[in-house]
Amino acid sequence: MGKPISLSVNGRAVTVSPDDPDTPLLYVLRNELELRGPRFGCGLGQCGACTVHVDGQAVRSCTTPLSALQPGQKVVTLEGLATSGTPHPLQAAFVEEQAAQCGYCINGMIMQSAALLAQNPKPSRAEILQALAGNLCRCGTHLRIVRAVERASASL
Amino acid sequence: MVAMNLSRRALLKGSALVVGFALSGQGPAHAASATAPSKPVSPEEVDAFLALSRDGFATIYSGKVDLGTGVRTALIQMAAEELDLPLDHVTLVQGDTALTPDQGPTYGSLSIQNGGMQIRLACATARRQILTLAAERLGRKREDLETEAGIVRPKGGGEGVAYGELLKDGRFSLKVDKEAAPKDPGSYTLVGRSVQRLDIPEKIAGRFAYMQDFRLPGMLHGRVVRPPAIGAQLQSVDETSVRDVPGLIRIVREGNFLGIVARTEWAAIKAARQVQARWSEAEELPDQARLWEHVRGTRIVKDDVTMNVGDAVGSLPGEGRILKATYDFAIQTHGSIGPSCAVAMLSEGKLSVWTASQMTHALRKQLAAMMGLPLDDVRCIYIEGSGCYGRNGHEDAAGDAALLARAVGHPVRVQWSRADEHGWDPKGPPTLIDLSARLDGEGNVAAWASEFFIPDGAAGNVPLVAASLAGLPHETNNAPGNIIHNSGVPYAFPNVRTVCHRLAETPLRPSWIRTPGRMQNTFANESFLDELAAAAGVDPLEFRLRSLSDERGITVLRRAAALANWDSRPSPRQQEGEILRGRGLSYVKYELYRTYVAAVAEVEVERRTGAIRVTRFCVAQDCGQIINPDGVRNQIEGNIIQTVSRTLKEEVTFDRSRVTSLDWESYPILTFPEVPEIAIDLIDRPRDKPWGAGEPSAAIVSSAISNAVFDASGARLRSAPFTPDKVKAGLQRT
Ligand code: FES
Ligand code: FES
Repeated sequence: MGKPISLSVNGRAVTVSPDDPDTPLLYVLRNELELRGPRFGCGLGQCGACTVHVDGQAVRSCTTPLSALQPGQKVVTLEGLATSGTPHPLQAAFVEEQAAQCGYCINGMIMQSAALLAQNPKPSRAEILQALAGNLCRCGTHLRIVRAVERASASL
Repeated sequence: MVAMNLSRRALLKGSALVVGFALSGQGPAHAASATAPSKPVSPEEVDAFLALSRDGFATIYSGKVDLGTGVRTALIQMAAEELDLPLDHVTLVQGDTALTPDQGPTYGSLSIQNGGMQIRLACATARRQILTLAAERLGRKREDLETEAGIVRPKGGGEGVAYGELLKDGRFSLKVDKEAAPKDPGSYTLVGRSVQRLDIPEKIAGRFAYMQDFRLPGMLHGRVVRPPAIGAQLQSVDETSVRDVPGLIRIVREGNFLGIVARTEWAAIKAARQVQARWSEAEELPDQARLWEHVRGTRIVKDDVTMNVGDAVGSLPGEGRILKATYDFAIQTHGSIGPSCAVAMLSEGKLSVWTASQMTHALRKQLAAMMGLPLDDVRCIYIEGSGCYGRNGHEDAAGDAALLARAVGHPVRVQWSRADEHGWDPKGPPTLIDLSARLDGEGNVAAWASEFFIPDGAAGNVPLVAASLAGLPHETNNAPGNIIHNSGVPYAFPNVRTVCHRLAETPLRPSWIRTPGRMQNTFANESFLDELAAAAGVDPLEFRLRSLSDERGITVLRRAAALANWDSRPSPRQQEGEILRGRGLSYVKYELYRTYVAAVAEVEVERRTGAIRVTRFCVAQDCGQIINPDGVRNQIEGNIIQTVSRTLKEEVTFDRSRVTSLDWESYPILTFPEVPEIAIDLIDRPRDKPWGAGEPSAAIVSSAISNAVFDASGARLRSAPFTPDKVKAGLQRT
């Protein structure tokens, strides 16, 4: 057991004690905190499956060592996107558009888009495509994902 | 989109779910042992497929599994329809070798066509038996009764009886009856509707437990360390090299199999990266720059003649024009976004493996052989993983986990890295195709002859990497899938001979990736056909229709053309400018007996860079009876986008020792800005058999693009992927 580190995850204060302070945030979230939103896809920052928000910014948790987080920074995962039980507009829109096949990439798609909409609630289609250009989907769900982001944007 | 109200009807009070055979579902609850309570699993038995609880819930046991396609929802629709139960009264257990019948691997677009139809028949048998039992109970004739929402009642009204009250212990003890008449499609209320997928709400909320999320108490984390060269021998391991990794439990070495087990996942990753091992050198792979010479020079073990009509060889020489061309399609990887993962537990000599394998029943046999265990002592339990498009690395990860679990005496979870997945999953093999044809004086195809150079073997078990490396029992033959399909042509030419030269070996361990063989073969056939149409100066649609008598085929072609506003003229289009635009047509009758697809691709070719942009795909598909239209659309969209990616971008690279495309930078796939628009026209035939939809529309993509690029630019692309360099070279030749 290493030195305890305090974090704010989905609005809760948590303390973890990884053996190695350079453990990527992804493994802490998934294995210590048993969260299922952030997913392991490449560990290289190339696919986006592991995306979480740190202080509202979309961040790749697979390449973010725990030690890089500053005290007081707020981590939000897919599980924490809903507010008091109401799904985030993007989550509702993804269901409406049936925007998943396997769904493994969807965490990244929603987290990346949520950060986009927070900054730019009415993005053009080109802006959505650009914002998601670094997020990979192998099932070919892209068109539905884009429609879901547009639907969510329209509801904002 | 129809959002079904899942709980529109509460049937009976008291809702404890008492399933006849209690162990079901997923999660640690059933982690207990390799064996489950005895339950029939023979596909002859109704009870193999179905259990009814006293309060009217049905559990369906399916050997076919949801690989991310939505087939779980579709199978539940089929079962609920046939049983006359509300959707939310039906659950599905998938791919658990102790509980589900062996319905064969989940591949080949057969989950509905075969698996679903078996379930439909079992449910039809069950419903008939329910009616018989109710007739006895109510003292009425069976014909006078009807079923609705889990209750049997007299047609004219009167007191009914709930299904659950009719069966002792939920069992039917009945053989599936081929004569049991399924419901009249005219009375369907669930099949044929776009019911929302049951898994999506959980997936978008981060609640869905994928294989990668499965955990057991006391579970350790494993990682594999693969040889730096295929065929290298492990000479020594320096244990001190990882001494400083906190949480390391053990370095496991068995022959050339090397693995790490640690308390945490990060420790396993660090140790796997850090461990120093000495391997012998090996250079077993051919020079990639001369891959096609290598393929052409590989020993042929047999010839499969897949179509032989008239005398193609004799009638190839003759009046008119003779055309010849060679096509090739690169080696590709599956590229699931989540790399393979498995958990294994060996307890009291019994092995339990949780896996996202598409073929748990076959994997069970492989693991039993590798571990030297009786089959009865091995249980494989399916848990959905990241999208699976064929035999990827899941079975191998299961083999890795089993070896590591045996070595350390604890449950072990193995998660492959991205490099493990790209480097060591089995690959779609290289495909080389020679074609020749003669056009007669009227511009009709007088003779068609083709030769396919493809590895020998069929579908079957792909040898487990762990077993091969550790020198434990494993298969030695190749299993590339049924890649000879669609080497024949769906057109009524007078003289045709298509032959597959089956090769003794292929550079990397082969397996099937979505639409195996059918995609590559259709690429060559439909592109070459387009070459003939152009040589004859005939519109590509008209050229196809000339040789087609199959009404369903003609219909999809006409409907795709209508959807795309097909502009009837021969290719290529003459145009100037920097951006060249074109459209291309393609058609397939899947495996020459089922699902029909036609599509029009629209492309832009940038003359200067050689970049292709696929702007739109218009697809018409007839897969018989449609279970869930939105599900079918989702599959078609997936096929088109994935295959545009494979056609434009994807190629596994390797040096003489190993795969070198080990991440998404060296093996890029299509990204959001590059995705085409897709328009779909579904032709539903509710009174026909349902056919597969998971693969067929992938078959037409490469040829439609090749034909569109030709139309745009006059450059004929015969080598996939269509990289900018190849396009530029093609443009220079025009
Ligand atoms: S898993 Fe983090 S970017 Fe791929
Ligand atoms: S839905 Fe499967 S990877 Fe995107």
